[in-house]
Amino acid sequence: MTAKNRYPTPLIALHWLIAILIVAAFALGTVMTDMRISPTKLQYYSYHKWLGVTVLALVAIRLLARLFSTAPAYPDTMGNWQKKVANATHILLYVLMFAVPLSGYFYTSAAGYPVVYLGMFELPTIIGPDPELKHSLKELHELLTNVILALVSLHVLAALKHQFVDKDGILRRMMPGK
Amino acid sequence: MNIFKNTKQLLVSATVIAMAIPAFAAISRLDSGKSTVGIIFKQMNVPVDAKFKKFSAVIDYNAGKPETSKASVEIDLASFDLGDPEYNKEVLKKEWFNAAQFPKASFVATSMKMSGTGKLDVNGTLTIKGKSANVSFPMSVKQEGTNQIFDGSLPIKRLAFNIGEGEWKDTSMVADEVTIKFHVVTTQ
Repeated sequence: MTAKNRYPTPLIALHWLIAILIVAAFALGTVMTDMRISPTKLQYYSYHKWLGVTVLALVAIRLLARLFSTAPAYPDTMGNWQKKVANATHILLYVLMFAVPLSGYFYTSAAGYPVVYLGMFELPTIIGPDPELKHSLKELHELLTNVILALVSLHVLAALKHQFVDKDGILRRMMPGK
Repeated sequence: MNIFKNTKQLLVSATVIAMAIPAFAAISRLDSGKSTVGIIFKQMNVPVDAKFKKFSAVIDYNAGKPETSKASVEIDLASFDLGDPEYNKEVLKKEWFNAAQFPKASFVATSMKMSGTGKLDVNGTLTIKGKSANVSFPMSVKQEGTNQIFDGSLPIKRLAFNIGEGEWKDTSMVADEVTIKFHVVTTQ
């Protein structure tokens, strides 16, 4: 029996969907904080929060799926330390994919603004308004987004290095197909 | 002798009446530490709470004859606080309160009628940003020791007062309906 050489299709779908949502949330987050107060700014803040909540829900599903799946083997040409670094990066990415939206969620709660998902469903605030906590959570959220930016950059660059420099076909693991 | 007696009686009666007047018409002092005036509104369906930290109220409530009561409230718009200094400043601008030209909002009651135990129907004139409107709302009144506690809320439409002009007229961004909530405590 040939070893599986790619992730299960649902995990592949979730990977790319979540990647797109994270990029969108990041772009909005970068732009919206510098805008002067306007209706558009407020819209961006709302969209940003909806994206964050969506990512959080999807990553929870994805983690469960991942834990109950077998990941495809790394290319044979990959050294042991590279495999260790890759595993560590992926674990850290999972941690951050929870920590970033969670810190944002607590931030908006501490600021006294519940998330009304898609403008329709008011989500529970869990913590009450707290001006001091609001400030700390804002800083934490921003710090964590910088960390995930660094990790995602590393992740993307490593994948491209493997695919186009090492030419070990690593992208196949995360591409749909047989 | 007769005149002296009359004068003394006159003085005593006058003193008694002068002391009795406060018992009927209670002109009380606002306890600003215990009183709150705030608003609730929706921003893209997200409920937002804000308060006015500075306001004055003259309430002349007559428990025996509520229809003769008088009430007027003046709110310092620059004291608006929704928890974010940047947004607090924004709301004072021309498109919103235009606090530079209209620093205060006011309410003057024109009638107060008993509508049940401890409940009043209040009518009056609300003036914000140079526009006045007739408003009616229920108010509850409670006596606790020397304190009188007035509670009530009234919904207003911000666009009727031109609050949120230009791009901010969009009610899907900031809803038209704004609820003013107050908890006013006066002491005698």
